[in-house]
Amino acid sequence: MSTEMSSNNPSLISVRIWRGTAAGGFQRYEVPRAASQTILDVVTYIQRSLDPTLSYRFACRVGMCGSCAMRVNGQARWTCRTHVSKVIDESAELEIAPLANLPIIKDLVTDMTEFFDKWARAKGQFKGDATRQDDFARVKPESAQRRAVDAGIECIGCGVCYSSCDVVAWRPDYLGPAALNRAWTLANDERDTQQLERLRAVAGDAGCHACHSHFSCTERCPKRISPTAGIAGLKKKVGRLAAKGAL
Amino acid sequence: MASTAIAQARAWYWQRISAMVLMVFVFIHLGLILYAMRGGLTAAEILGRTQGNLGLAVFYAVFVLACVIHVPLGLQKIAEEWGGMTPPTAQLLTRGFAALILVLGLTAVWAVTAP
Repeated sequence: MSTEMSSNNPSLISVRIWRGTAAGGFQRYEVPRAASQTILDVVTYIQRSLDPTLSYRFACRVGMCGSCAMRVNGQARWTCRTHVSKVIDESAELEIAPLANLPIIKDLVTDMTEFFDKWARAKGQFKGDATRQDDFARVKPESAQRRAVDAGIECIGCGVCYSSCDVVAWRPDYLGPAALNRAWTLANDERDTQQLERLRAVAGDAGCHACHSHFSCTERCPKRISPTAGIAGLKKKVGRLAAKGAL
Repeated sequence: MASTAIAQARAWYWQRISAMVLMVFVFIHLGLILYAMRGGLTAAEILGRTQGNLGLAVFYAVFVLACVIHVPLGLQKIAEEWGGMTPPTAQLLTRGFAALILVLGLTAVWAVTAP
């Protein structure tokens, strides 16, 4: 127990993790600190070394799949790409909770059914009319529409925006930033044939018109997408149609 | 359902248009106050300038109408999202409020601009 040995011991991070369902509570764990440690590393350490009953989701670990989003010290984040050092300094403790605005199944796992059902309700499916006999559609990369698609297309469906959105909390039927961002990318896809149906689906107080432009989704999106900009675009498109009586 | 969405889309752009009007009018209104206030004012001086002034009457009547469009739409969302009211209840309440500011506003405009 010399001082040399104790200085070699990594210091511990105090972590509070949500356990149970909505009626659950936080449980405290001590996790050894490591270099370049991510929040997902911390959760994985607890599950493998301290408490195998802890439930959480992850898959790719490299920021592609969108499975591992959680609320870390109150903010929704992709935990596989978030270093512990980015969230807390050496003295503070970590608090890890499941995403907000979604029902908790157990511990850090939320039920994302409603989240993805809303993508479907926003007509988030591509529908074209070309067959395999047709030539490829030629979409100019520099066209305004294609640029609008590029700005929103990298969504990984992690739910961080949905968890961060105040309007989703106030209006449970609101489609939310991710579904509306998806609708916006398709509204700019010149090959898609459901344009009018989609704009009808996203109009009104359950759709784009409920957005108060708080920019929480834009602030928190790990892929640096601005759903707020897409939603504003949808409001404009729907507004023009409604003014013409074509909606 | 679809007609509700259309009504909501229309309400949104009416609120946008009225907001644009209000932005311009509020600046003119504030500028006017700062201009008129140089060197102090009495009620008699104000009425001396406003009574019989048709331009001022039209300006403030449009101002009131823009408020009557804009305010209830915003209040309705607050009543629904923070007050937990159903849309019909919120609409009834905020339309009542709109009627109140219409009457009070136009009465005030008439009171200071009538010849």
